[in-house]
Amino acid sequence: MTRYLARRIAQAIVVVILVSMIVFGILHFLPGSPARAMLGVRATPGAIKAFNKANGYTRALPMQYLLYLDHLVHGNLGFSYIRDQSVRSLLALDVPKTALLVGTSYALALIIAIPVGLAQALRRNKPLDHAFTVFSLVGYSMPMFWLGMLLIVVFSVQFHLFPAEAPQGASVSNAFSDPQAMVLPVATLTIVTVAQFSRFMRTSAIDNLLQDYIRTARAKGVSQRQLVLRHLLRNSLLPIVTLVGLSLPFVLSGAIVVEALFNYPGMGWLFWQAAGAHDFPVLMGFTIVVAVATVVGNLLADIAYALMDPRIRYSAS
Amino acid sequence: MLDVGDNILSPGAVVLGGEPEQPAAGEARSAWRTAAGELLGNYLGVAGLGIIVLMALFSFVGPLVYHTQQVNTNLTQVNLAPGGKFPLGTDQVGYDVLGRLMVAGQSSLEVGLAAAVIAVGIGTVWGAVSAFVGGWVDSVMMRVVDALIAIPTVLLVLLLATIVTPSVLTMIYVLGFVSWIITARLVRGEVLVLRTLDYVSASRLAGERPVRIVLRHVVRNVIGIVAVQATFEVANAILLLATLSFLGLGPPPPAVNWGGMLTTGLNYIFDGYWWQIYPAGLCIVLTVVAFNLLGDATRDALDVRLRQR
Repeated sequence: MTRYLARRIAQAIVVVILVSMIVFGILHFLPGSPARAMLGVRATPGAIKAFNKANGYTRALPMQYLLYLDHLVHGNLGFSYIRDQSVRSLLALDVPKTALLVGTSYALALIIAIPVGLAQALRRNKPLDHAFTVFSLVGYSMPMFWLGMLLIVVFSVQFHLFPAEAPQGASVSNAFSDPQAMVLPVATLTIVTVAQFSRFMRTSAIDNLLQDYIRTARAKGVSQRQLVLRHLLRNSLLPIVTLVGLSLPFVLSGAIVVEALFNYPGMGWLFWQAAGAHDFPVLMGFTIVVAVATVVGNLLADIAYALMDPRIRYSAS
Repeated sequence: MLDVGDNILSPGAVVLGGEPEQPAAGEARSAWRTAAGELLGNYLGVAGLGIIVLMALFSFVGPLVYHTQQVNTNLTQVNLAPGGKFPLGTDQVGYDVLGRLMVAGQSSLEVGLAAAVIAVGIGTVWGAVSAFVGGWVDSVMMRVVDALIAIPTVLLVLLLATIVTPSVLTMIYVLGFVSWIITARLVRGEVLVLRTLDYVSASRLAGERPVRIVLRHVVRNVIGIVAVQATFEVANAILLLATLSFLGLGPPPPAVNWGGMLTTGLNYIFDGYWWQIYPAGLCIVLTVVAFNLLGDATRDALDVRLRQR
């Protein structure tokens, strides 16, 4: 187990370094230079030269990368010239809001998708299974912004049940004081995620239903309730742990769209604004943070997986 | 054991334990024919294929039959309700919506198909090289894949879209570049399994040249997986293009795609101009559903294990 852990952590570190290289590469190969981006198109050559020297852009590329890495390690994610604020302070403000949106949606999606997928597997090719298959198919074939818009039309324009705009305000506490406004953004993200997760769960449960241990349990006379809860559910959940970890980038992609649509001032919204304004330090800083979160999330999922399933640690070591 | 990354973006994936039974090389031709027969016997797959053909005809042949003005705006006929001269009404600058759907469908389908071809092209080469070379090269190549998986697709697309000048062509490159990762993992996994199979070892022992082994045994078996993944990638690329248009970084006018039409139409959602919203949305959902159905059916058709049940 220790060896497996060590190898997995080493891999994660390599991946994070590669992500920083990719991001640095994109930053470096940008058309124009950071100097142009900050000082504007009318900057004099002298000003640009001074800026480049002051910020270390005159050094050799590997040195620049090491400098960038050094900044990253010390928590310096860069400075947004457009917002005149450090990326770290922007992040500190916005991460909790996105974490709330994504976390709530993730939790709700799991609570809904696990029973749904299980029920589908148990009633495979019956009307209930087909109904949810259609729902799931349409769910992940629909542009997410359109789904959100339809929810706005029905629940906020027609029936005046929930506001069409997410909670405003700089702090995450605004979201707690205005929970009504969180309903539609969370619902949009949850529906799409359920479409994905219920599919995973159905497949995993069907796979397990074909295994010998289920037949053995049935032969022993285990009741259906016991069979489902003790044998099927527990074993089907195993691969879901990893899949859920790997789905984090997918859900975060969705969060960008949802935040843009509902005007929710979180990370995704800021990223979207930064993309429109060519605010590269923000784009780079956020990409790094999200990628690290994903790598760590996957690492934790894998460790949890190894703890739950002895086969993994034995085959790995 | 389930290789989790393989199924992540294709939720319809059937996860099964054990090694796939590979058809012997001599039976390859008849195996393909069987697979084609299976595919045609799958109603949903046929429906998907049918919708795709209809959408392609609608977008590419439609404008030849149904002539509309799609270049110059006409402000004397904006936001007209369907009826009379305009079966689906007009949009906010006076374009005929039905005719616009056809033109928009051209870019949506072109971008989707071309991006998918680029994606599976890069992915196949990457995965195959990684599996064949092995060792530390394999490790490095796979860590690069891990690194790219860790960055959310929309984030990466937005990042790249801010760098390039948006046009249909650059969208194809951007979407192709962000979508090859799953294919690379799938192809690598398959090649690793294929290399150890008895009939491949046997043909190596029998003195077949490596090139011939690759062409005859490996390519034939990998091509099915790649075809299935390409189908899903078309669906993904069409959706991503729509998302990018919604976020304001899609190809600008005069280029138009279904996502862009839908986004513009959404501005009028409170005015009741339904004809500017639902037809475009329906085109996207129908096409994406169709490609997903075709992908699922193709995978089932190629899967020998499912056939026996």
